[in-house]
Amino acid sequence: MITLNINGETHDLELDPATPLLWVIREQIGLIGTKFGCGIAQCGVCTVHLDGTPIRSCVTPVRAAEGRKITTIEGIRSEGGLHPVQQAWIDEQVPQCGYCQSGQVMSAVALLEANPAPTDADIDAAMSGNICRCGTYPRIRKGIKRAALAMKDAAKGEETANG
Amino acid sequence: MGKWTRRAFVSAGVIAGGAVVFGIAIRPGNRADKVRGMIATDDESVFNVWVKLSPDNTVTAIIPHAEMGQGVHTTLAMMLADEMDADWDKVKMLEAPANKEYANYALAKGFAAGDVDFPAFLVDTVDGFFLTVMKAMNMQITGGSMSVPTTGQIGMRVAGAATRAVLLEAAADTWNVPASELRASKGQIIHERSSRSAPFADFAVKAAELPLPAKPRLKTPDEYTIMGTDVQRFDVPAKVDGSAAFGIDASLPGMKYASVMASPVFGTAVRSVDDSSIQDMPGIRRVVNLGDAVAVVADGYWQARKALDRLEIEFERNGSEAIEQSDIFSQFATDMDAATAAGNEISDFAQGDAMSALASAGQVVEAEYRVPYLSHAPMEPMNCTAWMHDGICELWTGTQNPLGFAAEVADALELDIEDVVLHNAYLGGGFGRRAFPDYTIQAAKIAAEVPYPVKLIWSREEDMRHDHYRQASISRFRAALDSDGNPTAWVNQYVEKHDPKEAPYIPYAIDNQYIHYAESKTHVPWGFWRSVDHSLHAFFTESFIDELAFAAGKDPYQYRHDLLEDAPRFRDVLDLAAEKANWDSPLPDNWGRGIAIHKSFGTIVAQVVEVEIVDGKVIPRRAICAVDAGFAMHPDGMRAQMESGIVYGLTAALYSDISIRRGAVAQGNFDDYPMLRMNESPDIETYIINSGEKVGGAGEPGTPAIAPALVNAIFDATGKRIRELPVRLHDLSDINLESKDVA
Ligand code: FES
Ligand code: FES
Repeated sequence: MITLNINGETHDLELDPATPLLWVIREQIGLIGTKFGCGIAQCGVCTVHLDGTPIRSCVTPVRAAEGRKITTIEGIRSEGGLHPVQQAWIDEQVPQCGYCQSGQVMSAVALLEANPAPTDADIDAAMSGNICRCGTYPRIRKGIKRAALAMKDAAKGEETANG
Repeated sequence: MGKWTRRAFVSAGVIAGGAVVFGIAIRPGNRADKVRGMIATDDESVFNVWVKLSPDNTVTAIIPHAEMGQGVHTTLAMMLADEMDADWDKVKMLEAPANKEYANYALAKGFAAGDVDFPAFLVDTVDGFFLTVMKAMNMQITGGSMSVPTTGQIGMRVAGAATRAVLLEAAADTWNVPASELRASKGQIIHERSSRSAPFADFAVKAAELPLPAKPRLKTPDEYTIMGTDVQRFDVPAKVDGSAAFGIDASLPGMKYASVMASPVFGTAVRSVDDSSIQDMPGIRRVVNLGDAVAVVADGYWQARKALDRLEIEFERNGSEAIEQSDIFSQFATDMDAATAAGNEISDFAQGDAMSALASAGQVVEAEYRVPYLSHAPMEPMNCTAWMHDGICELWTGTQNPLGFAAEVADALELDIEDVVLHNAYLGGGFGRRAFPDYTIQAAKIAAEVPYPVKLIWSREEDMRHDHYRQASISRFRAALDSDGNPTAWVNQYVEKHDPKEAPYIPYAIDNQYIHYAESKTHVPWGFWRSVDHSLHAFFTESFIDELAFAAGKDPYQYRHDLLEDAPRFRDVLDLAAEKANWDSPLPDNWGRGIAIHKSFGTIVAQVVEVEIVDGKVIPRRAICAVDAGFAMHPDGMRAQMESGIVYGLTAALYSDISIRRGAVAQGNFDDYPMLRMNESPDIETYIINSGEKVGGAGEPGTPAIAPALVNAIFDATGKRIRELPVRLHDLSDINLESKDVA
């Protein structure tokens, strides 16, 4: 038996420990926001966070995720509503077909958590593992910059409130 | 019920559970085979546009097109709401069900109105658009960039305006004032003289009893309040939080999963399957031999996939397994030569006497270009969930052609069309691929063998190796130049013609032209690929015109500009792109700038690309796009489609190459069919011209011109003319940029 912690919930599962995490999330847990695109860590549509780090769940055996915190697109909403990256995605009207966007959002969230003020080169480095066949790259770039500003403003607001 | 005139607009209002539904339909005069089964008798009609007005004044636009990221649901709803003067904040959208409940008149009645008797208000008028409209609307096909020009312009706007007209009439009657004193705004009807106003919904029931005008007056652009504005798309919120459901996300109780492998060589059959190797694997339910493919059904997708990989399958041989890509290009060249030698080339376009002009020319320029096969590679691999139960086949998938798919499945399973029910979902990319029903038929056939629902998911490799491909082609040119360098003759021969006919045509004033082609069939299945034939011909013609400019010693922008004197609409678009790109401004070392222009699906697009050559690698840095689609209904959507078309076209031009090896597709995944990524994506600027000409499409016209603009920019940077795509096949590392021959 394998115990997984996904978006703060614990799941006990009976399955082959070599099964890629992607299929467990989609089929056993029923969270469909994480997608299948290539199966060989080339496209990024299956991106989830493992202890806050973005990984490709299509090539990550479920046993490697045991005992760690798994976060999917369904788990990044904050108490107050959308994550700033999600709000920026709406403001910039980023998605087209939308299929890659869970992965894009997960990569962007991880980037901004590690680096609150990314340069264009930082964005290139963090986001080039995520293919968007609809070509929303220019808007993703704008969305990340907008979210970075929003997160900075929110942090400032908090400081003021606390100080 | 009156006798309906064939090919007439038919309009009617019905009351359904407090809401009023207005419908506008087009009588199918000339049905394609695929939909024949959808319509039971000649006295029945297909409804296309429904408008539902609810007691809380909400307007629901029911839209017969699939959303694949082009924003069509939003744009079509905008067109309807604007003509209706509805309150945009209270406008919703519903995708029409993809089965005969929608397409069949008698059942449409039930769908909209429960068991309410149909008060048939019949208005017959005859209009000239039937065939196009029928293809795009009645069949619910999404493609060809035609949703806005056809469904939108002819269906949604007319429906909105007609509904508004009867609401005004009903209000005039209720208030006992002349309708001419009333106006509508944001879902309210207003009578200024008596300072009265009331929501549409107050008049809906009375309006439903009035005949809808068949040809209501449509707004002129200065009256638009919603069209031409940047509203937010309906589908975006669900696409940022993972809740948007695509075909692959269908979920049913007891559902199993299938993985499939079709014969790698197109057109060959399965000879044998030996499943002894998977006997001991857990979760395996069934091996299904589909004749030309083998599927494994298991409790989970991963189990099915692993078992399929281990399964021993032998395929028949039919001779095609000897074919290599080079054989295909040789065949093309041979067939072109043979057509010319035998004088049986097929003429596409001819004016003047191009052959004589060539024969007597002072300067002749010749070039030959090649493009490879291309795969669509949408991010969501092909998939379909199917369930055979109670004698019906129920399907969940993403398709650009829901009614056609249902008909194909009915045909394959020998079912009545009524017994196939298809639920369409969001499409994780279409680009033309999801107009072909192969994956849906496979899923239905597998489901027919088992008592539970089955979700069939193609691997990326299967998706790439069993696509319907953009054709490979060769195109040859000869042009004559006069002593000033102006072209006097243009002769073009190519292979493999599909659609649209005008794709190889040029906008330039050249007196003598002869454009012709040869047929050269291959075993590789063909399919619509974003912009279809435009995707290759723009590369051919706009590269060659650049070569002529170079031969003439002229600036490539100015050369085009001068040849477009009689085509002012083209010229305006070209000039805008050049101006916004600062065409004459100097560029850094190792950079180049190229331009191209092409019209497709009624929309003219000019693009300027700036590239940098870094260690022999081409990096597109900036793309400037000018577009005239007549009127941009949703400007931000138009910009998004141009951005998308540019990235799609650049990906193909730089990287994409489907090649045939031993009869099968050699590539399989994004490692050998690479994609443009964030770090290579240029800055894109889009500038829109609203010329007021007939409204054109948006989803495809952004793609064709980008490949020639790119190679023209590479030529500007390096002096090397790329005549065969993709660019990555060419070694640019030894180009001496210092000594480049600047055109
Ligand atoms: S599906 Fe995991 S990277 Fe593509
Ligand atoms: S939005 Fe379609 S693949 Fe990115």
